[in-house]
Formats: sequence, structure tokens, C-alpha cells
Amino acid sequence: MKRLLSLFFFLALLSGAAVAATERSPDTLVQQVTDDVLNIVRQDKDIQSGDTKKAIALVDAKVLPYFDFQRMTALAVGRNWRKATPEQQKRLSEEFKKLLVRTYSNALTSYKDQTISYKPSRVEPGETDVVVKTEIVQPGSKPVQLNYALDKQADGWKVYDVMVAGVSLVTNYRSSFAQEVRDKGIDGLVTMLSERNKQLESGSK
Amino acid sequence: MRANLSRQLSASLCVGAIIAASGCATTTESDPADPFEGFNRAMFTVNEGLDKVAIKPIAQGYDAVTPLPVKVGVGNFFGNIWDSWTAINNLLQGKGGDALSDVGRVLVNSTIGIGGVFDVASEMGLTKHSEEFGQTLARWGVGDGPYFYWPLIGPRTTRDTFGWLVDTYYDPVWRVDKVPLRNSLVALRYIDLRASLLPSDKVVEEAAFDKYIYIRDAYLQHRRNEVFDGDPPRIPVNY
Repeated sequence: MKRLLSLFFFLALLSGAAVAATERSPDTLVQQVTDDVLNIVRQDKDIQSGDTKKAIALVDAKVLPYFDFQRMTALAVGRNWRKATPEQQKRLSEEFKKLLVRTYSNALTSYKDQTISYKPSRVEPGETDVVVKTEIVQPGSKPVQLNYALDKQADGWKVYDVMVAGVSLVTNYRSSFAQEVRDKGIDGLVTMLSERNKQLESGSK
Repeated sequence: MRANLSRQLSASLCVGAIIAASGCATTTESDPADPFEGFNRAMFTVNEGLDKVAIKPIAQGYDAVTPLPVKVGVGNFFGNIWDSWTAINNLLQGKGGDALSDVGRVLVNSTIGIGGVFDVASEMGLTKHSEEFGQTLARWGVGDGPYFYWPLIGPRTTRDTFGWLVDTYYDPVWRVDKVPLRNSLVALRYIDLRASLLPSDKVVEEAAFDKYIYIRDAYLQHRRNEVFDGDPPRIPVNY
């Protein structure tokens, strides 16, 4: 009974979160999540001094719910995605998610004196696919564009691509993934990703 | 003697490039944008080696000993010099408004900003633009051409290589009369730029499976973004 109650409570929480997410426009969502994360990083000496593990935990908790990793993986894998079995797709998404979270977390640990400015973005009503533009402003050099592509899903807006200075962190993998599939098949790509993740996990502090 | 040496050097470079190119052709299916992948990979290896033993350690030293306000001042100083070239390129691309704003930036920063050390203009709302001759050529309809990876200067498409040559010809820093001063300025700017890229080293190192390809594809995406002033038409992606 107690279990059932807690499950119910959990579900209620989930749906509450989902409602909150649908109400937010994509640019508000990006801004709130970014502010939320950066406020924590600013106060966390460990993350600032390069503690990737701690940064990953932060990204897992705060950012992950708003990312659509299945779509990201499909974009990175490209044409071969359809050739993969559902099981392979699942494994690919899991491994690629780990890698992207790490990349994002590594970037967070190097966050120091920058500020983020939010570009005005107009979202037409009925629009289901938008790019939210932000800029990393750092003294002494040109601002760096940081854009997020989001699409509207049943449970709110989800990020499916992140572009730094015009470079998509997702599609930038296309040629190396395609190469791996050509050489060793989809299972080869799964292995390549999981081995990299294992290697990074054991190497990081 | 000197001519002889340089001829020998270029001959051996050629041979090296051919070996590298043919060596590569058997192992990978090359990207149409990168027909000289073998040569490029060889140069990439050279650069990575140089970076590891000399450039990166110097940049790290510079980064460690230089207080932030000084680094900001150095970045602003060279940025201000470049802004004049940005203005000319905006004009050549028919973007008169942007060119005017760039001229305004140079005027404000060179005076109130004390020789460009302070970027007062940005605070006044004159946005810094990013232009060079490669982008101007692109606007004039010149295509990318094959991709190259050069020693020291790194990735450039054929068009951007020509652009870079014109940039360097114009570059006020390269035109400084006193050679030792000129060399010091060029070196300082190079190290300052490298130092600003230090934080992304780990990101790229851990994200990339094949660093050469990761950097090449990122460069090509980035250039497309620059040519379209940060707002390229979105390519519909299918999967």
C-alpha cells in the first residue's frame, strides 16, 4: 500500500512537471534551465576546478529531462538509423546520451567569467520547431553563439540539437559514425561508443 | 645554397605528402570536401606535435601568469586593430550599416578605449562583427574548394586560404616596421588566441572519436555559419 502511494505520488510529481513544461515557451525554458544550472556552477568550487563527475550529476538532474536523446542520436547516426533494430537504437541512444552529457559537463567546468545573453526569439503560435538563440559573452573576445533547437512534444518542448558557434554537437558526429557503420556495422558503432564511455568514466576523477 | 635548401625541403615535403596521401587512400573513404585528406592528416599530426611540445605549454604559462584584466586588454587591443579590416570587408559585402558601426567601434575604442585596450563600443551597443576576406569572397559567390589543414594556421578551405593571405597582407600588425616589435606582437596575438582556446581542449579531446574529422567537420559548419552571419538557412536533416 505504502509502495502504491509512493508510486502514485511519484506519478503526480511527474505529471506536475510535465504540465509546468508545456506551459513554458521554449525561450523561457532555455533561460530558466540555463540560469538554474549556472547559479549552481557559480557557487560550486569543485565544478569550477574541473570535477566532471559532479558536473555530470548536475546536468543529469537539471538538464536531461529537457533533452530528446533519441532524436539526437537519430540525427547523429543519419541514414543508418532506420537500419538499426529497436534494441540497437536503444543502446545507441543510451551510449550517445552518456557521451553528450559528458561533453556538456566538461564545457560547464570551464565556465568562468562568461555571461549568457538571451537573444529575442519570436515563437509563432502553432510553431512546433524553433531555434532559441543565446550568446556566451566573454570579456576580451567575440561573443560565441550558443543555440538550441527544440521541438514541441506531448510533454513539452524538448531540445534536440545544440549548436556552438554554428557547430552542431550532434550532426558533427555524422561522418565518423557513418564511417564506423560502414566498417563495422551498427553493433560496431555501439561498441565504439560504449568503449569510449567506459574509458572516460574510469579516467575521470 | 639557400635556394637549394628550400628546393630540397619542398621536394621532401612533396614526397611526404604523396606518401601520406596514398597511404590514406587505402584505409578510408574520403569526404568529397576533403580530397587531400592524406596530406591534411600529415599536417594535422605535425601541428598536434608542435602544439603539444611548444605552443600549448607557452599558452598555459601565459594563461597562468597573466591576470584576467590584462588578457582582456590584449584581446581587445588586437580586436580593435582587426575591426578596421572588418569594416572594409563589411563594405565589400555591401553591408554599409555594419561597416559604419565597425568604423564607429574603431573610433570609440581607439580614443575613449585607450588605444583599443577597453572595448567601450560594445558597452555602447556597437556590436562586434566577425568578418575577414574569406567571408567576402564567399559573399561574392566563391565556393569553398577543397579543404586544407595547414601547419600553424590550421584548417582553411581553399577559398579561406586565399582569404587568409589577403588578410595577412592587409594586417596592420604584420606591417609594423620594427621587425622585433612586429614579431613580438604577432607571437603575443597567437599565444593569446591559443590561450583562449585552452578550455575547449578537454571538451574536444573527450568528445571526438577521430579528432581530425571532428575538427574538420566543425570548421566547415562554423565557416558556413560565419558566412551567413550566424543565421544560416537550416538544412533539413533526415534519418
